[in-house]
Amino acid sequence: MTKAAKLIRVTYLGLLILALIAPMLGLYPVFVMKLLCFALFACAFNLLLGFTGLLSFGHAAFFGSAAYVTGWLIKSQHFTPELGLLAGALASGLIGLVVGAVAIRRQGIYFAMITLAIAQMVYFVCLQVPFTGGEDGLQGVPRGALFGLISLESDTAMYYLVVAIFVASFLAITRIVSSPFGQVLKMIRENEPRAISLGYQVDRYKLLAFVLSAALAGLAGSLKTLVMGFATLSDVHWSMSGEVILMTLLGGVGTFFGPAFGAGIVIALQNMLADKVGSWVTVIIGVIFVLCVLAFRKGIVGELQAYLRRRQR
Amino acid sequence: MSAEYILETRGLSKEFKGFVAVNSVDLKVQRGHIHALIGPNGAGKTTFFNLLTKFLLPTRGSIVFNGNDITTEAPAQTARRGIVRSFQISAVFPHMTVLENVRAALQRNLGTSFHFWKPESTLFHLHDRARQLLAEVDLQDFADELTVNLPYGRKRALELATTLALEPELMLLDEPTQGMGHEDVDRVTQLIKKVSVGRTILMVEHNMNVVSSIADRITVLQRGAIIADGPYAEVSKNPLVIEAYMGTVDTALQGAH
Ligand SMILES: Nc1ncnc2c1ncn2[C@@H]1O[C@H](COP(=O)(O)OP(=O)(O)OP(=O)(O)O)[C@@H](O)[C@H]1O
Ligand SMILES: [Mg+2]
Repeated sequence: MTKAAKLIRVTYLGLLILALIAPMLGLYPVFVMKLLCFALFACAFNLLLGFTGLLSFGHAAFFGSAAYVTGWLIKSQHFTPELGLLAGALASGLIGLVVGAVAIRRQGIYFAMITLAIAQMVYFVCLQVPFTGGEDGLQGVPRGALFGLISLESDTAMYYLVVAIFVASFLAITRIVSSPFGQVLKMIRENEPRAISLGYQVDRYKLLAFVLSAALAGLAGSLKTLVMGFATLSDVHWSMSGEVILMTLLGGVGTFFGPAFGAGIVIALQNMLADKVGSWVTVIIGVIFVLCVLAFRKGIVGELQAYLRRRQR
Repeated sequence: MSAEYILETRGLSKEFKGFVAVNSVDLKVQRGHIHALIGPNGAGKTTFFNLLTKFLLPTRGSIVFNGNDITTEAPAQTARRGIVRSFQISAVFPHMTVLENVRAALQRNLGTSFHFWKPESTLFHLHDRARQLLAEVDLQDFADELTVNLPYGRKRALELATTLALEPELMLLDEPTQGMGHEDVDRVTQLIKKVSVGRTILMVEHNMNVVSSIADRITVLQRGAIIADGPYAEVSKNPLVIEAYMGTVDTALQGAH
């Protein structure tokens, strides 16, 4: 194993331990849970942008609709949490299939515009249909008991479930990226005409990547509903699609951990600044983003990796 | 399937907003041949290749490959039939290793390319074959190098190895020696000769040394239309060709010597 690979392993192990003992360090569990939900959202988004080369401007549609589906199933249909999460992810995967099938016919900015347009329709639907609670959102979603056995009402139990789901999803994403399927995604990102000339029906691969990304983004939204106990219009709002792009670019697009790191920074800043500066927080994050993009084009984790690689030579 | 001609186009035309880039081309490529397509810049050679590989849809005409009309097929489908192309500008996957580039082609026939849950290690058994193919083009020592770091000539060789990995019946090479130094040109020429055994090659080539040394048949394209077709000796004496094309080539050849 190379030095860099070792370092990465040690870092991941350290982060995992940190995540496991975080509640004992006095970190507010709900804050860390929220952070992990957004970290998962960003990692799912990065599967598409970083590892397939497709920029979606409508990922809030998946995050938000799954948040509503899960909230409604648990609150009104008395689903257990694990089934609620699963149903949320499946629903957003299905929406992803429809959006993807329309969008992948176009390239570049047109692809982004189509995803944005459809996400706006999803927003409108969420505003109009009765079960989402319209402007008020879906409030008071109970956490219930996992498999009907383990109550999640305590933050500690909920916390470890969130950590487990995040770690499993993160590993799943690394697996997808390195799988035979992931190799084809890499070919598409690197040189799409060449991939076609080798006989790969690239649209089908892009579509599957889109569905997987949508389903995982949905899982993040569902988990957020379970943690916070509500789903609101801001979950499906276009600004949420923008936020996930920002998180991903800030941390490092196309790196495994960068998006999670970027999500951490954004959520932490929002949390620290919200009650001090009010809506200025958007401006501050915007400025930080611009500075980061100017100074570290590959994102924070991306630059760090490049630096380590240079030192290794 | 043993028909004499592997590929045949009938009245193949492509217009871009009224501009005729390929004009009613009837071309027959004989099985087993190295068939060269030459013509001045802008003659429509690359466009013709794009039509054959379905990267562009023809305005008129048809394409028959092994007796099947493939005119309206999707590009990936055509590739699966056995027509694999290279590009005028080298087409590699730059941020994959040399070995991974070849493996990318070998992977297709496994039928696991949608298996997103399988580890990369399920592809490792392809490495032996990939190394063999790399050895065929003299790249065995570069297997673990990142492709972006290869010199241009080596990238073209890698492209050839990747194309060969699919065992195509018909290879379309678009200016495989363009932008290369003398040594690389010779090496790639020999390579093409070597890999032509048991398959058919249709290649666009500007370098007349290459064409005269390995091509069995030559078609000359000018302003989208065929102006001559036949063996080198015959075509090179054709006054139309001399006027349109050879004149400039002669001077180029003299310059090279
Ligand atoms: N997509 C396109 N839209 C409009 N015109 C095009 C397009 N592609 C090619 N052309 C035009 O068609 C003509 C033929 O181009 P093509 O690239 O096929 O020439 P070529 O024979 O490959 O030339 P070269 O030797 O320079 O590679 C050129 O005049 C070119 O400008
Ligand atoms: Mg050309």
